[in-house]
Amino acid sequence: MANTIEIRNVDKIYGNTVKTQVLYDINLSFEKESFNSIIGQSGSGKSTLLNIIGTLDKPTNGEVFIDGISTSTMNKNQLAELRGEKLGFVFQFHYLLPEFTAIENVIMPIRANKKPVTKEVIKRANELMDLVGLSGVKNNLANNMSGGQQQRVAIARALMNQPDIILADEPTGNLDSDTTELIYELLREINKKYKTTFIIITHDRRIAEKADRIIELKDGKVNIDINYK
Amino acid sequence: MFSFKIAYRFLRSSIGQTILIVLGISVGVSVQVFIGSLIGGLQNSLVQTTIGNSSQVTVVSDDYISSYSDIRDNVLEVKGVETVSYALDEPGTLIVNENTSPILMRGLDLELSEDIYELKEKIVQGKLPSTNNQVLIGLDLFEELELSIGDTINLSIPLKGDMNVTISGVYDFNVSQINNSWIITNLETAQNVIGSTDVVSSIEIQVSDVFAADTIAMNIDAKLNSNYNISNWIDLNQELLSGLQAQGSSSLMIQVFVTISVVLGIASVLAITVIQKSRQIGILKAMGVKDRTASLIFLSQGFILGILGAIGGVALGLLLTYVFSTFALDPDGNPVVPLLIEADFIALSGLIAVVSASLASLVPARKSTKISIIEVIKNG
Repeated sequence: MANTIEIRNVDKIYGNTVKTQVLYDINLSFEKESFNSIIGQSGSGKSTLLNIIGTLDKPTNGEVFIDGISTSTMNKNQLAELRGEKLGFVFQFHYLLPEFTAIENVIMPIRANKKPVTKEVIKRANELMDLVGLSGVKNNLANNMSGGQQQRVAIARALMNQPDIILADEPTGNLDSDTTELIYELLREINKKYKTTFIIITHDRRIAEKADRIIELKDGKVNIDINYK
Repeated sequence: MFSFKIAYRFLRSSIGQTILIVLGISVGVSVQVFIGSLIGGLQNSLVQTTIGNSSQVTVVSDDYISSYSDIRDNVLEVKGVETVSYALDEPGTLIVNENTSPILMRGLDLELSEDIYELKEKIVQGKLPSTNNQVLIGLDLFEELELSIGDTINLSIPLKGDMNVTISGVYDFNVSQINNSWIITNLETAQNVIGSTDVVSSIEIQVSDVFAADTIAMNIDAKLNSNYNISNWIDLNQELLSGLQAQGSSSLMIQVFVTISVVLGIASVLAITVIQKSRQIGILKAMGVKDRTASLIFLSQGFILGILGAIGGVALGLLLTYVFSTFALDPDGNPVVPLLIEADFIALSGLIAVVSASLASLVPARKSTKISIIEVIKNG
């Protein structure tokens, strides 16, 4: 299977006067439709790496290619377009817009990319709400939902634009173990059903082992890279 | 449209804050509307009482003016001229029994001069002269000489002649100088007294914009080929004019400062909302929202607040003016200051609110482009 993401010689250094290097010469590639996990202790640079892959942050050196195109020469607007089109994000702190209902949050990526909200869009949003098991609370304001429900809304939202890649940073970080289990099953199901590439950061080895591939970062370097597939 | 919807939802979700800021703008706008109507009304009533019932531009000659009807036609063609009338004025003496009083005989074209002097409204007893040899006399003189309607009095014009006239009515101009001196009659009677028909001594003009009287006077002069002497109220009342101008500029100052304080208020509140909503903006940016769209959210907020503030402010301002003109009355039951409510001015105040609210939101709009997604994600 072809690669959808390639990272070449990526360094990340924070600070101007006091320099802290977080990533050292990372080279990785991710296949299309694969389900990958990144583990590592806190401070190992895994979130920084994910943010660089997701074009939310820029590498100090090196390049990121998404579907063969380098992101380093893109301006802010082009990056925003790329994110809107190809990438979906799920964060640890779910980050829904509290001013909107669950289903409005799910449709938000369509509006954000100035696409028309057609009947198909609404149908798809409802399907996604079904998929994440939230049909009953879709008109609740985001704040009136439990953490697990909010995270599932965030997942549905990440899927709305039918992105090729979903990047998730500790998506179950502050959820109980039952809900964690449920959400991972959901992500795997989506991976199979929609052929979406997943890169998931987790600190939970049990969860990581369910992935096709485990990458462990240590002190900003790739320590272990095991592919089960 | 996307930005507008988000802006609307942001405003609705923090409704308390929104109401406060809208109230802030409304108070500013209402002060503008009220002060503007007050000063406008004050200025209007001052102008009205001072020059409303007088000739604002006057054409005179060293000698009598003969072809006055042609001149009237000519003057009427000048832009800004509203009313043209003629008068034949002669200083003279009023003789009643043994008393003599200095007076000014004013022969007016009673029909044309009605637009200037509104004599019908000023008559307190009797009526307008309906035939020759009837006169109107001022209230002060009438009472001083203990006259009554129908009395015959003798007008003596030095070097010209004299004539017995009948009092047909009494006027009150509320100006004792006029009430003590003007004896008003029709043009023909005045012409008979001086013994020459078909002459007048002055042509009296009112203009549509009193503050342009000096320019209009110049245009009239040009139209009449500079054959006559032309005076206007502005040249004769410099002090009044500068008083009016000072009033106008002080009201402008008040309005400018009110606008500035409204702008500062909006800018500071919206600057806080950017920080409040930075998380949401960060998420939207991660979803592919561009900086321009994000800043449009805050511009839309400013615009919406401006519209709501303008509507509230105009309503509040009109309410204030209504309350003021209903309850602030002088002993006669008239408003202390007759307020001038101008649709144009009110629309302008509203527009200023919308524009300044939108301008004020430029600050937070700019700030929103600097929100970094990474900062938002890191700080949970």
